[in-house]
Amino acid sequence: MPEATAPTDDGSGVQIDLISGERMDGLASMEKIRIILDGVHDGNIVILEEGLTPDEESRLIEVTMSEIDPDGFNGIEIETYPQNDARDKSLLGRLMGQEDTAKLTVIGPANQIETLHKDETLISALVSRK
Amino acid sequence: MGLLTGLKASITRATDRLFSEQDPKRIGIYGPPNAGKTTLANRIARDWTGDAVGPESHIPHETRRARRKEDVEIERNGKSVTIDVVDTPGVTTKVDYEEFLDFDMEEDDAVRRSREATEGVAEAMHWLREDVDGVIYVLDSTEDPFTQVNTMLIGIIESRDLPVLIFGNKIDLEESNIQRVSSAFPQHETVPLSALEGENMDEVYDKIAEYFG
Repeated sequence: MPEATAPTDDGSGVQIDLISGERMDGLASMEKIRIILDGVHDGNIVILEEGLTPDEESRLIEVTMSEIDPDGFNGIEIETYPQNDARDKSLLGRLMGQEDTAKLTVIGPANQIETLHKDETLISALVSRK
Repeated sequence: MGLLTGLKASITRATDRLFSEQDPKRIGIYGPPNAGKTTLANRIARDWTGDAVGPESHIPHETRRARRKEDVEIERNGKSVTIDVVDTPGVTTKVDYEEFLDFDMEEDDAVRRSREATEGVAEAMHWLREDVDGVIYVLDSTEDPFTQVNTMLIGIIESRDLPVLIFGNKIDLEESNIQRVSSAFPQHETVPLSALEGENMDEVYDKIAEYFG
């Protein structure tokens, strides 16, 4: 799989990485978390086509906390569409071994991204430069 | 035969110990910062043991270590339920030490509090994955419940198939909107309460006994 080319960062813009589900498939949880947090540390906005599992979200919070530094990185802003599926449906899916976690997820540095509006079909965010 | 009978009896005893309903379940009190988790933990502990769990404060991240109060025996309808109450630090995805400066804190103290807060949140997540048998999720009913942290945490709790009760706290405040809390997580039972004023605690204890007994 080709690696993303290093951007030329002259501070004039905000890099957005849209990561396909295919690219994340087959990666271990910590590899996914590393991709996300490395991007966010660089001031990028990371958009995941298929999101993370609840367990990966829990680990993302834990690793994010361990990397917060009062002199720099102060955490992440993360947004997904709220799940409005009937829970019975997902429980059935889980019983059938089809845990449906596919949900577009936007992650960015807490000091650069602000959610303006979120509902079941729209996430509107304001992104500022570093 | 005597040997077999003895073996069977000892296996039964071991199984009984493993699955005994008398074993206290560890119930984690989770939620965002400043929802009133420690106030609730203290209310429960004081009502049934006479002791408090930890200090309460209006400054976010007052609780920066998970604290456990063991063997809290709650009596309901002639039965008793024993739980361990685990008060956890408020979960968030960001901590900025500068927000503590607004509470007249010196910069060194704010930085230290922020470092401890991040460790506390990581610890709370670890407890959730490894060490709790059920969850009381506390929300401030005056605040918007539709936040990403709430959505993620409820999702994490559901994925682990842990029993969960949503507590809509601070109903003593005028801005409280318990209907909004109920509609945010309709798949779970929401119990309104004021941990500070002790309002609706009878229903709180009924539900704790029903869900975690």
